[in-house]
Amino acid sequence: MYNELREMKKAFEIIDHTADVGIIAYGVDIKELFSNAGLALFSLIAEVASVEEKLHLNLKVCSEDRDSLLVEWLNELIYLFDVKHILFSRFEIKSLTHNELKATCYGEEFDPMKHQLKTGIKAATYHMLKLDKNGDSYKAQIILDI
Amino acid sequence: MTRWQGQLIKLDDYRWKIPENYKTGMRVPGLIYASKEMLESIRDDQTPEQVANVAFLPGIVGYSFAMPDIHWGYGFPIGGVAAMDIKDGVVSPGGVGYDINCGVRLLRTSLSRDEVQPRINELINELFLNVPSGLGSEGKIRVSQKEMNQLMVEGARWAVKRGLGFEEDLDATEEGGCLSRADPDKISSKATKRGMPQAGTLGSGNHFLEIQAVKEIFDHHIASIMGITEIGQILILIHTGSRGFGHEVCTDYLRVMEGAVSKYGIKLPDRQLACAPIESSEGKDYLAAMACAANYAWANRQCIAHWVRESFSKVLGKSPEALNMKQIYDVAHNIAKIEEHAIDGRKLKVCVHRKGATRAFPAGHKDVPTLYKEVGQPVLVPGDMGRCSFVAVGTQKAMDESFGSTCHGAGRTLSRGAAKRSMKGIDIARELESRGITVKAGNIPSLAEEASQAYKDITEVMDVVHRAGISKKVAMAIPIGVIKG
Repeated sequence: MYNELREMKKAFEIIDHTADVGIIAYGVDIKELFSNAGLALFSLIAEVASVEEKLHLNLKVCSEDRDSLLVEWLNELIYLFDVKHILFSRFEIKSLTHNELKATCYGEEFDPMKHQLKTGIKAATYHMLKLDKNGDSYKAQIILDI
Repeated sequence: MTRWQGQLIKLDDYRWKIPENYKTGMRVPGLIYASKEMLESIRDDQTPEQVANVAFLPGIVGYSFAMPDIHWGYGFPIGGVAAMDIKDGVVSPGGVGYDINCGVRLLRTSLSRDEVQPRINELINELFLNVPSGLGSEGKIRVSQKEMNQLMVEGARWAVKRGLGFEEDLDATEEGGCLSRADPDKISSKATKRGMPQAGTLGSGNHFLEIQAVKEIFDHHIASIMGITEIGQILILIHTGSRGFGHEVCTDYLRVMEGAVSKYGIKLPDRQLACAPIESSEGKDYLAAMACAANYAWANRQCIAHWVRESFSKVLGKSPEALNMKQIYDVAHNIAKIEEHAIDGRKLKVCVHRKGATRAFPAGHKDVPTLYKEVGQPVLVPGDMGRCSFVAVGTQKAMDESFGSTCHGAGRTLSRGAAKRSMKGIDIARELESRGITVKAGNIPSLAEEASQAYKDITEVMDVVHRAGISKKVAMAIPIGVIKG
């Protein structure tokens, strides 16, 4: 899925921020945008290509509005990695309204013998947060605290 | 990133004002401490705009301050200080930051560089084994839910009670290593779950443990009170904070503050400045939760200091007492505190936000420990791993002018990405080795992110705060052994 997306269309980019790092995620629709933002996050944490789909988790995230839903979604994934040490490599966004998201996330537990961790991501922030629709596609920018 | 083109009025060689009329909505002017040379890089991005934005916050008094090490943060700049009147002011989690009570602790020894240098590899290896560090690191102490609640309330004392350190360490810690308003009921179960396994860990990113040798003493009298007497004397600097716990507390309360902003009709130029009145339930809850995270960070540094003593003791075959491993001080760099300050001749209770700034109380202040009563509170300012770090003291000038605050570090100039693209971690390690600095890192490629080239020169930062009079340089030390998480 990760490679397919990259071939089809750029899924995301990593951008610089003085003390931290940011991501720009793209999507043909809002669901794909959220899925790609999740992928971008895990591509910073570890080598996503080395993560197999050994488990899955159903998540529900709620928030005030769509912008903060994106921040909450990434913060939920950061939390799951920090506490349960799960690396995710694929996200199926089942449903998404302006303030609620349901998703199935696929991945496996972090294994130090198998996965090389790259960066410790501690939080998704509201700083310079942007979520826009350009023509037929969506684009979002999120700065992450490391 | 576009350069900042706004107006800066020169007050003197080290003070630059952003006038109140720069932007409609500013309640006070901005004040940046910097040399003329530093201003160029400060203007490189929108950091000064953030200084102006902080001036919008209700209840802000005096100035929205920026220390010479400022760089671009979220909402608040890193290196920012803002004091709000507790009667009509706000508290903002963004003004404290994600890593609540990220700070530094300095230990001294009676060892000389000549004694330590031949054993440096053994010491660094032992420290690396004994102090959990690195990405996803978990502690070697197991903390139950009940203990976690005690830790949140007691701070550094929690660790001392478990035999990790000495009573006198608490006297040499800001606030005695414990903020009193901590209330674990204000902490989410998510934050607790992130915090429990990470208690007693150094972490990753810019956190480190350094063995240093004193290179220069600027004030022998004050230095001797701190127990710094010889050039070449070995010091140990510990830099870490509240780990995932503080991040979760900040994230949780940014969400609460989002609601508070609309509830109280607060107008903000940036969503990340979300805040609530200090006296509101949201404001009080945040301060109670922030105190839990601050206490967690003090307990964390207390545990690590103990394992540092253990490691030295094991390698050198002498007890920590015999090695005279006393704590000089421990300061918070990211915190909000209710303090009393004199404004226009009258005493006012304010909530001082220090985000990437250090408290710098003068001699005689009631919150300065007895040992330092006549010289002022020690200020600990780490530089980058290739240059040096400073010990200073607070001054009356800081009290009169910057709410008893000064700088906290070197301040980044290169983003982590840019640093990684221009340098390789392995080359940085080799270069440091060639200069007599032994480095051990959990993640070698990420060493490039922390290279000297990515930071401002700490010496220039210290010269500005020293000459501006908001702190006084006491000593400078260079790293000889570094552990990066």
